[in-house]
Amino acid sequence: MQYALLFYNPPHTQIPESEREATLGKMLQQMGTWREELLRAGVFRTGLRLAPVDAASSLRSQADEVVVTDGPFAETKEILGGLVVIECADLDEALGWARRCPLVRAGTVEVRPEWGASR
Amino acid sequence: MGTEGSRASLDAIVREQAGLVLASLIARFGDFDLAEDALQDAVAAALERWPQDGVPQRPAAWLTVAARRRALDRLRRRAMQADKAEALRAGEELRRSELATREDDETVPDERLRLVFTCCHPALSPEARVALTLRTLGGLSTEAVARAFLLPVATLAKRLERAKRKIRDARIPYRVPPETEWARRLDSVLAVVYLIFNEGYTATEAEPAARRALCEEAIRLARMLASLLPREGEVRALLALLLLHDARRDARLGAGGSLVPLDEQDRARWRRDELGEGLAALRAAASLPGRGPYQIQAAIAAAHVLAPSGGDTPWATIAALYAELEAVAPSPVVRVNRAVAESRARGAAAGLALLAAIERGDDARRLADYQPYHAARADLLRRAGRTDEAAAAYRTALALTRNTTEQRFLAARLEELDS
Repeated sequence: MQYALLFYNPPHTQIPESEREATLGKMLQQMGTWREELLRAGVFRTGLRLAPVDAASSLRSQADEVVVTDGPFAETKEILGGLVVIECADLDEALGWARRCPLVRAGTVEVRPEWGASR
Repeated sequence: MGTEGSRASLDAIVREQAGLVLASLIARFGDFDLAEDALQDAVAAALERWPQDGVPQRPAAWLTVAARRRALDRLRRRAMQADKAEALRAGEELRRSELATREDDETVPDERLRLVFTCCHPALSPEARVALTLRTLGGLSTEAVARAFLLPVATLAKRLERAKRKIRDARIPYRVPPETEWARRLDSVLAVVYLIFNEGYTATEAEPAARRALCEEAIRLARMLASLLPREGEVRALLALLLLHDARRDARLGAGGSLVPLDEQDRARWRRDELGEGLAALRAAASLPGRGPYQIQAAIAAAHVLAPSGGDTPWATIAALYAELEAVAPSPVVRVNRAVAESRARGAAAGLALLAAIERGDDARRLADYQPYHAARADLLRRAGRTDEAAAAYRTALALTRNTTEQRFLAARLEELDS
């Protein structure tokens, strides 16, 4: 069954400017290593790193129209920064991989199973 | 023994076996709801047949066979349904189950560890873990659990449904955790059992009979865990702790229903048999490798209980144990209790100094609303003769608790000061 791992982190702007490049660079490197482990284990299905929320647009229905606005679906303290989809036998296996994700230290990793596969 | 008595003892036998049977049914069919429905049917059949035919020699085996038959019936019915996907699934389960039935006979495999670890999975909410554990292994009805936690039955039923759905949809595996996760998962199980006990022991809002049922279930669960995990020191230590607390339940409250401090309790009202069993469990725990927080807490309880009288309470030893506990499991309640023990061993000033250290530390923000801190501070100030400050602290503490036994205790202390 597939599980989506959704990465929520405080916006990069919260890192002091002088440290930002180094911190992000290190995180990218660690994420790359983690991704390699997922690939080697044969569990990686897909992944996508997302641009910051400033680049997001949202569509909603208002009366009979579909309206486009600037920004993410909701203003939140932690921002959705990306996701990875892995194939696992059960939740414990998925949690095991999520636990090793370096982003856990800086934010939240949500683990959500795909729809209906267990039924 | 009339019909009522035999009905009561039949109920007891069924409750005793229900957890074991349910755990093995879930293992067989991989479906909580199917297993529960099948068990319920089997129990109804048992309560009808056993008064006539007599209680079978192995009630668990009887219930298991009866439940399996009913589960297979349900699966057959599902397999004939119009919904093709559902029918396919049911058909598969049916084939697998029928194969298994030919293999084994009447032995009921003990799958209770798989059940308790699954019910206490950290991915379930704490309330869900408690409700599910009580419902499946505790043998309490949904109504009984609702009564004990002062919840509408419908709310509790929904909570149980959500938890079972989560187990199914997220695929929480039905298994005993592997070595790599063992410590963390066992902690979760012990925490649930301890929570159930405390809810029964210290809460005041639900009716006494309902709360008593919680304490009894918690002790039953702890005993079950101790028998299934005989080499785990913390499991034995938790059992010890629960028994040492429970043994003193008749001495906890004074006239008018206010809390009586440990060293002022009427020791004649302590239950000797439970104390004995608790102390034996602690000795067993101490002989096993490791020394965790539950063992230290049980040692503290034992130190209180072994003193010949309240006046002989070994406060210095207890203070040292709290210091040890703080090192492995620091928390506001531990640090406050340590301050109280220190004050009894070395004088109020020593205790107040420790409290001041908490106020300066990381926990400071949480202290403002933390009733035990204010109550302890009030007590130490009172002993130090700082009456006005003590009174102010008692008032703060009073305003922070809804627990009626605590309220009566604090109000009485406040009155003593004013007189």
